[in-house]
Amino acid sequence: MGNYITFPDLLIWLPMLAGFFCLFAVNQKHAKNTAIVFSLLTLGVSIASLFFTNSEKYMTYNNVSYIWLKYLGANYYIGLDATGRMLTLLTAIGFPLILLTSQNDQLKKPNSFYGLLMLTQAGLMGVFMAYDALTFYFFWELALIPVYFLSSIWGGERRIQATFKFFVYTFAGSLLMLVGIIYIYLHTDARAFVDGTIATHSFALNAFYNAQLSGSEQAWLFALFFIAFAIKMPIFPFHTWQPDAYDQSPTTVTMVLSGIMVKMGLFGVLRWLLPMFPNAAMHHANLVITLSVIGIVYASCLAMMQDNIKKLVAYSSIAHIGLMCAALFAMNEISIQGVLLQMFNHGINIIGMWIVVEIIERKTGVKKISELSGLAASAPVLTILFVIIALANIALPLTNAFTGEFLMFAGLYQKNIWFAVFAGLGVILSAVYTLNMIQKVFYGSVNNLTTEVKDINLTEKLVLMVIVGIIFFIGVFPQPLIDLTSESVTNLMFKLK
Amino acid sequence: MNAIILTAIWGVIMMFSGVFVKSKTAPRFVALAGMLVVLSSSIIELLTKKSFFNFDHNNMLHTDGFNLTFIAIVMTCTLIYFLLTGTEIEKVGPHVGEYFALIFFILCGISIAATFNTLLMLFIGIEIISIPLYILTGSDKRNLKSNEAALKYFLMGAFSTGIMLMGIAFIYGGNPNASFYIDKIQIGLGHMPVLIAAGLLFIMVSMSFKVSAAPFHFWTPDVYDGAPTVFTSFMSSVVKVAGFFAFLRLFEHSFGIVHEQWQQLIAFITVATLVIGNITAVFQQSVKRMLAYSSIAQAGFMLLAIFALNAKAKEGILLYSAAYSLASIGIFGILTKMEDYTIDGFNGLGKENPLMAFAATVFLLSLTGIPLTAGFQSKFFMLMAAVDNGHQYWLVIVAVIFAAISAYYYFRVIQAIYFKESDRNVVVANAVSPFFNYMLIVIIALIVIIGIYPEIVIGWMYR
Repeated sequence: MGNYITFPDLLIWLPMLAGFFCLFAVNQKHAKNTAIVFSLLTLGVSIASLFFTNSEKYMTYNNVSYIWLKYLGANYYIGLDATGRMLTLLTAIGFPLILLTSQNDQLKKPNSFYGLLMLTQAGLMGVFMAYDALTFYFFWELALIPVYFLSSIWGGERRIQATFKFFVYTFAGSLLMLVGIIYIYLHTDARAFVDGTIATHSFALNAFYNAQLSGSEQAWLFALFFIAFAIKMPIFPFHTWQPDAYDQSPTTVTMVLSGIMVKMGLFGVLRWLLPMFPNAAMHHANLVITLSVIGIVYASCLAMMQDNIKKLVAYSSIAHIGLMCAALFAMNEISIQGVLLQMFNHGINIIGMWIVVEIIERKTGVKKISELSGLAASAPVLTILFVIIALANIALPLTNAFTGEFLMFAGLYQKNIWFAVFAGLGVILSAVYTLNMIQKVFYGSVNNLTTEVKDINLTEKLVLMVIVGIIFFIGVFPQPLIDLTSESVTNLMFKLK
Repeated sequence: MNAIILTAIWGVIMMFSGVFVKSKTAPRFVALAGMLVVLSSSIIELLTKKSFFNFDHNNMLHTDGFNLTFIAIVMTCTLIYFLLTGTEIEKVGPHVGEYFALIFFILCGISIAATFNTLLMLFIGIEIISIPLYILTGSDKRNLKSNEAALKYFLMGAFSTGIMLMGIAFIYGGNPNASFYIDKIQIGLGHMPVLIAAGLLFIMVSMSFKVSAAPFHFWTPDVYDGAPTVFTSFMSSVVKVAGFFAFLRLFEHSFGIVHEQWQQLIAFITVATLVIGNITAVFQQSVKRMLAYSSIAQAGFMLLAIFALNAKAKEGILLYSAAYSLASIGIFGILTKMEDYTIDGFNGLGKENPLMAFAATVFLLSLTGIPLTAGFQSKFFMLMAAVDNGHQYWLVIVAVIFAAISAYYYFRVIQAIYFKESDRNVVVANAVSPFFNYMLIVIIALIVIIGIYPEIVIGWMYR
């Protein structure tokens, strides 16, 4: 399309190059630095893309399309729209933070570790930018495979079973989605290519939006797609893989999983599910919201019971994602705007939470809340930064999550007051378990495990301060993020009507 | 036509190569040369649509883009098979020349079974495939398991051949045209004559037997397990897809008109094959036996093509032939190098031999059907064919659920390779030559290229 190099190209190829480079070329010591350099470059590209948001004027900078399987009507078509830009930005910010805090001194084969991580980033970027169903499906699966290997090789004791459960769940979900994709594909109009050839059907996103589907067809296609996305998010009752996988994965990978990868499910609903089947979505909205709300309350209750910090954060993540899913299916302008904000903020906050959990686990060697006490005395800086992140996680005003949650609750309230009430219960419970955890882990008397702990080093301080900075900046001044994503909300609302 | 004649001639040459040359390695090079000749001549025929040999075959054979492409795929896969595991064939026993000769005869049978235009030719083709296979199965003469497998295969195979012949006779008798030509079987749209219906059923049963579809699969695990691993590799890849190809062509040309009357039956066979293949494979401890059951499971997916019987199905069967054969040949090739054939025997392969471990992973991912591999594209086309069929979507859902289950047993091997430590000194028993490694890289490359760009396989069909 005129330009040789575009933003989507760079966002995929930089991490992918870094991935292969780390896997094959670099010696063990430089792997981490290479990964960090490339992820910072990616961040730079992503930030630069924010200045080219005008979709008409900068069309050729933001879209790439190559003819791929001409005869099937499939293109390799990726591009940045408002949602995509926001999520690629989240991915681009998340990865350097994750990489900087990961500890490579105990790792065996660090080059494979960082190589696979960077490949995951490439896959995620592709998912968020795909404009063609087949491209989307490819990236959707490709983001999964490196994570499977990362968790199974470097994870905890029961890593093999836990990761495999995760893999089979998502693989089964995506195969069902594949059937849905094929079915819709066979009901699309013909696609004409630049060079004049015509395929009988098309995998293009717009063709999928315009496919002629009857009400009953929409209903079962909705089910096929929804199961795939629900497993990925995960939504009750498809969530059972998640606490185990989060607990057993190395924390670096858990950050990727819970900070960024779960957004794939939400993004799938936003980009594919709602616009493709507006009627079926409207029809099943109450069911989905009910499931989500059950998930919120259930996960919050479980989180209160947990003694393992990692599982506590995992369950709290289920609750937060449940709220976002409920708000998505409320399907009004406010709630969807809220979800878009919250997708970004949740990613930042949960990565912050995991970083602290990882630091605690590394410094004390345990992840049981009952065995920890009085960390604040020995690590005051860590404590302050963590308390801020934790407060953001329960969406206190002035933190980033507040605006998003407020909008989501307003939207849910419009849909049905009871949904808002029960989902609101989740917020209260999240305050209970988070503050309880802070109290037990950081305050109280120092025990022999925590006396020896040194405070965090400069890199960790820097990373956590960046996160805290983002939390406050968006908390006080959410408008830029709203401006970035409002275009998507308008488009989506237009399709839903 | 080129392939039929040249493979037959080369089979004879191979037999004599064993008589005149005493060297044990010479037959392999003669066979490779022969394979190159056969492959290039079949590609030339595919491109020019003209055979080197013109003889009057009374229109009993028919060549078109579809079956010539298939023959080219088969010959390419066999060439790769010779290059990768040719040295293993030499280790099976003293009659190296004969083994290669038998493989060439099988290829001749495959070429006939791919181009048949009458039921007689189909029968001859299938038999020329089967009889050398019985011998190859029992070629490890001092191994009781190999003997048992050969006998079992022979008895059951002979039985199914009888059934097929019976079916052909019924069809001939019930056909008002009194003709063996597959396009001239007059069935009509209404009520099927009893003789034709019985004949169709008999042929369906015996073809299901040949492609090891349930409930006619019982010979498969024992035969695949008992036969020398190199030959299992050939049997479960090239030979198997050839059976499917013949199955598809026969039912498309002869019985396509009454598709809806037997479709339900194929749907039943498909589900049974998927269930039995996948569920039993889950419980296997030996990789070789697991692959035998997985080949039944893959047969279930290939049956979707016969179930759907449309343009996508034809493309799908070509892709499946290439993808499945390549991955099978690769994984069996690696298996021949292993010290221990159990899944635990793969423990620690990732550390000991990274390239082989990576190759095995790619082959297993391809068999599972992960995107970027040829296996994904083939499954994708099969699903597309079945959805395009327009009804009975439940079968598609069943197929993908079992595809997800298949991940379980394929990934057990991957888990052993990378995530588990070995407790033995050597994981890889046999010496691995650099050439073997290059061939693994070639197969990986082919699998990935087809996975990204399947048109390089199916494009030939429309040339």
